[in-house]
Amino acid sequence: MTAPVVSVRGVSKRFGSTTALDAVSFEVAPGELFGIVGPDGAGKTTLFHVLTTLRVPDSGSASVLGFDVVRDLWSIRSRVGYMPGRFALYADLSVEENLGFFASVFGTTIADGLELIQPIYQQIEPFRDRKAGALSGGMKQKLALCCALVHRPELLLLDEPTTGVDAVSRREFWELLATLRESGLPIIAATPYMDEAARCDRIALMQDGRVLAIDEPAAVGTRFPRPLFAVRGKPRALLLDRLRAYPHMASAYPFGETVHFSDRRADMRVEQLRQELLVTLGTDGVSDLLVERIEAGIEDVFMELMAAPTAVAA
Amino acid sequence: MNRSDAGSTGPAIVAHELTRRFGDFTAVDAISFTVQSGEVFGFLGANGAGKTTAIRMFTGLLAPTSGSASVAGFDVATESDRVRERIGYMSQRFSLYEDLTVRENIRLYGGIYGLDDATIRERSDVMLAELDFTPSVTSLVRSLPLGWKQKLAFSVALLHQPVVVFLDEPTGGVDPITRRQFWEMIYRAAARGTTVFVTTHYLDEAEYCDRLSIMVDGRLAALGTPAALKREYDVPSLDDVFVRLVRSPVADAG
Repeated sequence: MTAPVVSVRGVSKRFGSTTALDAVSFEVAPGELFGIVGPDGAGKTTLFHVLTTLRVPDSGSASVLGFDVVRDLWSIRSRVGYMPGRFALYADLSVEENLGFFASVFGTTIADGLELIQPIYQQIEPFRDRKAGALSGGMKQKLALCCALVHRPELLLLDEPTTGVDAVSRREFWELLATLRESGLPIIAATPYMDEAARCDRIALMQDGRVLAIDEPAAVGTRFPRPLFAVRGKPRALLLDRLRAYPHMASAYPFGETVHFSDRRADMRVEQLRQELLVTLGTDGVSDLLVERIEAGIEDVFMELMAAPTAVAA
Repeated sequence: MNRSDAGSTGPAIVAHELTRRFGDFTAVDAISFTVQSGEVFGFLGANGAGKTTAIRMFTGLLAPTSGSASVAGFDVATESDRVRERIGYMSQRFSLYEDLTVRENIRLYGGIYGLDDATIRERSDVMLAELDFTPSVTSLVRSLPLGWKQKLAFSVALLHQPVVVFLDEPTGGVDPITRRQFWEMIYRAAARGTTVFVTTHYLDEAEYCDRLSIMVDGRLAALGTPAALKREYDVPSLDDVFVRLVRSPVADAG
C-alpha cells in the first residue's frame, strides 16, 4: 500500500471558546480528489490552515506529502498549491503579472509551469493584460487556480473555489479539476455545495469542527438509517406541518417541490404509507398527494447526522 | 403604509420591456413579466447576466433607460420613494450591523422604515417569538451563528410589512437544515401575502419557487414553474435547464 498524501490524526484547534476543529482524522490517497463538504463555520478553512502550515494544531498531528505540518513547514510550503477562499490575488496587477509574481515567489517561471496550467490558462490568456480586479468571478477563479498551480505542486488545496459563482462556472471549474485529477495530482477541495460532492472520489462531511462521515459520494446515501419517501401535496406549507405532526414521523424536510419524509417504523412500505397519509392528511385538507420511495442523497444524510450530535465519524 | 394602500391590490411586480443600458452595453434588455401578490419568484442567471441591474431598478435605485416597471403598484422611475417604503431587502453581504446588538438592529431598521417605538416593540416581540430566537437580544449580531444572522435579517426586512421582499442570495454558506428553516420562513411570509423575489446560485433551491425566471445576457431566456421548465427542456433537474440556457461561448467573457 502506498503512503497517504495527507494524514490527519486527531487534530483539534480552539480559538477562545470556539472549537474550530474537534479531533479531526482522515487520510487522502495518492491521486485522490477528496472533498470537504460543510457549511460556513464547519472548520474547513482552519483545516486548510493546518495543512498549509499556517496554523499549529492544539493537539493531534498531521502530515502532508510525508512531512509533519509543525516540524517540516518549509518542505510543505514549497510543495503544495493553495487557493484560499477569498480572492487573494493582486487586483491592480494584470493576469500575466499575477501569474509571473506567484511563479517567481516559488523560484520558477510561467514557462516552466505552462504545461500543467495550459488547459486553464488558455481560457484566460486573451485577457492577460486585464487587471485581475476587473475579471469576472469565473475568470478570477481560473486565474487563482493557475497561480496555485504554476510552481507544479504535488498537492492542490482549494478552499471553497466555487462559492458565489453561478452554476455554469461552477460546473466548468469542476471539469477543470477532473482534468487535473486525471494527471495524477491529488486534490483536496472544500465546498458548501452538496451537489458538488458527487464529483469527488471521497468526501468528508463536516459540521461544527467535527467530521460527521467519510465515504464515497455514491455510498453516503446508504448511511440513511430508515426508508425515505418523497411526498408531494398541496398546499405545501400544510403538507409539511401535517407530516411533522405525524405520529410516526422520524424526519420531514422540504426538498424543492417535495418533502423528504422518513418513518420511525423500519419496515414501512410505500403502499402502506400512501394509504395512511391519504386518510390522515386528506382529511386535514392536503390534496394531490403523491408518495414515492426514494434513495437518500448526501444532503439527507448530512441533515440526519447533524440532528444526531453523538454521531460517530466513520 | 399597509396593504390597503391604493395601488397594492394588483400584481406585486410588473416589468414591461424594462431596459437599462450603460454606454453601448445593454445590461437589461427589454424584460417583461408579472409577479403576483404572495408569489415566491426566483430570479436566476449567470454572473453578469443583468440580475443585479434589474434588482436595482425594481428597488428604485437605478432608473430604466427605457420600458417601465412597477412594484407594489408604483412606478419605479417616477415614484421610487413610495416603492422603497413598500419593499424589504436582504442579501448575504448586506444584512444587519455586526457591531450593534439584535435589539439595536431591530430599532434601527424599524426607525428607518418610519415605525414608532411601540409598533417596533410589539412587532419585534412577535417576530422573535415566531423565530424561536434563543440568543439574547442584547448580544452583538457579530456573535451570532451565521444561520441566526440570516434568519434574523430576513425577519428584520419584513418588520415594516413590505409588499415585496427582495432576497439576494440569502442562504449562501448556511447548513442544509438552516437553509430549509429559511425557506419555511419564506413560505410563511408568502402565505401572509408578502411577495418574495429571490436570487440564488443553488439550483436545487430554485425548486422551492412558485415560478422562476432565468436571465441570459440581459434577456429573459426562460420563465415558468420549475416543473414546466424541466418539461419544456426535457431534463431531470433545473441545473440542466440552467446549463442548457446559459452555457455559451460568451457566458464567461468577462
